[in-house]
Amino acid sequence: MHSASKPLHDLGVAELAASLRAGQVSAVEAAQHFLGRARSHESLGAFLAIDEEVTMNQARAADARLAAGTAGPLEGVPLAHKDIFVTKDLPSTAGSRMLEGYRSPFDATVVRKLADAGVVTLGKLNCDEFAMGSSNENSAYQPACNPWDLARVPGGSSGGSAVAVAARLAPAATGTDTGGSIRQPASFCGITGIKPTYGRASRYGMIAFASSLDQAGPMARSAEDCALLLSNLCGPDPDRDSTSLDLPTEDFARSLNDSIDGLRIGIPKEFFGEGLSADVRTAVEGVLGEFEKMGARLVPISLPRTELSIPVYYIIAPAEASSNLSRFDGVKFGHRAKAFADLVDMYKKTRAEGFGDEVKRRIMIGTYVLSHGYYDAYYLQAQRIRRMIADDFQQAFKSCDLIAGPVAPTVAWKLGGHGNDPLADYLADIFTLPASLAGLPGMSVPAGFGDGAMPVGLQLIGNYFTESRLLNAAHRLQQATDFHSRKPEGV
Amino acid sequence: MSLTPDDIARIANLARLELHPDESERMLTQINGFFGIVEAMRAVDTTGVEPLAHPVAVIQDVALRLRADVASEPNQREANQRSAPAVERGLFLVPKVIE
Repeated sequence: MHSASKPLHDLGVAELAASLRAGQVSAVEAAQHFLGRARSHESLGAFLAIDEEVTMNQARAADARLAAGTAGPLEGVPLAHKDIFVTKDLPSTAGSRMLEGYRSPFDATVVRKLADAGVVTLGKLNCDEFAMGSSNENSAYQPACNPWDLARVPGGSSGGSAVAVAARLAPAATGTDTGGSIRQPASFCGITGIKPTYGRASRYGMIAFASSLDQAGPMARSAEDCALLLSNLCGPDPDRDSTSLDLPTEDFARSLNDSIDGLRIGIPKEFFGEGLSADVRTAVEGVLGEFEKMGARLVPISLPRTELSIPVYYIIAPAEASSNLSRFDGVKFGHRAKAFADLVDMYKKTRAEGFGDEVKRRIMIGTYVLSHGYYDAYYLQAQRIRRMIADDFQQAFKSCDLIAGPVAPTVAWKLGGHGNDPLADYLADIFTLPASLAGLPGMSVPAGFGDGAMPVGLQLIGNYFTESRLLNAAHRLQQATDFHSRKPEGV
Repeated sequence: MSLTPDDIARIANLARLELHPDESERMLTQINGFFGIVEAMRAVDTTGVEPLAHPVAVIQDVALRLRADVASEPNQREANQRSAPAVERGLFLVPKVIE
């Protein structure tokens, strides 16, 4: 029935939704097409779980609603979820052995809201264990490969999400971003992703890593698609997430086409220092030039505590993680060790067997900085500097409307490239951590290619609640460039 | 500042993690490497700066919401216990704690 000129998997979310509404393609056809692609690209390691029966049932229900005229705005659009969101009908593992075989009794709010809008779930996507990592190599199940170069990492922690979208195994995916986990894999895989203001998206049913930082957001191939998805996944969840903001749902696509003539783009000098590799700098400066052609003005600014954001983040996030992950005790759900001497021994062996290296490291750091005698010196000190970092942004936004810079200092590195050196991963997060600590919306937009013909992402950071302005600037850039529509060879 | 093998053992006990000796050793090196970059943070003068928990509190008051203390969920005992390692007669089983 589908007769458009492009193959189905090259259609974006908005295009697919329109084709579905127009009856040019059915939800069942779309679901079958993408499931077929997921099967034929299994070696990329994008998916952790697929259940064709669940997907096809959802697709048939979507077709029924399309026929009955009760379709939601995204009716029949296939989408896959990062395996950090719990789902009733599919396993939820958070990329950890600890949750192998776990079945949630409920759906995460983000999953439910997207289902209410009509999306059809293709499956669950690979990620670093409990979203801790920047290469997807911390997944307990399998690494994922970057479709642009199979020997390189896709980034993390939402690595499977970025792979699925870049390789056209799904038109879009959900991701979560605690310290850059949407923006960095989007950058590494040449796709578009946005993390909204902290509190916009409900954390209910997002397996918790660091609760004062975790945010959900969409990953897709264009700013337009991200806007559409973001409008459908945000919104207050007053009874289920105490940090969810009481803000009405918004149409984030409303100002996509606005002119950016006169837009003041802040350029933080700390993002363009010697730590930035030359290829990334060239690509980022190239798209900043495109913004200038459209009438935007580049304004030099300073975010003086950029480097400090690394220790601050890697104190706060592990502290919160050590607390959140204490629930994995082998009693109520998840793994339990087979042999043990007593209750405490059961806890210790269960957690030793169920958690991977990076998770254990963060639990250890977090436990230490929260322990008696160290809490003030580390955790409270980090939270104080967190405020100073957030204040720095408010100072910067006095002279600019949004901030632009690189997402990461380099393009995607080789699988195994950081060896057994967790610090190398931490340091590479430098440009995404400041906005995470401040709870600001941030996005990654394809900005060209660097070394090894690997994608480079431009990071856009907005003030609180200015997602539509970020999406507007990104959309205008995508009207003027075609980096976002390029695809990896062989895909 | 540098952690010792005793510190690692103490923290692992608090965190309820059994570490093999080689794991403890690796952990000690890596965590000490990490605390090398934390020193820069400790040197910052933060006198009079309030700790920030909810980031949006930088620009507006954020009160953590409380909901009414009423049951909002139906009984889902079976669904909730479906993924438990050991259950008997609707109860979670743990090793004996009281003699």
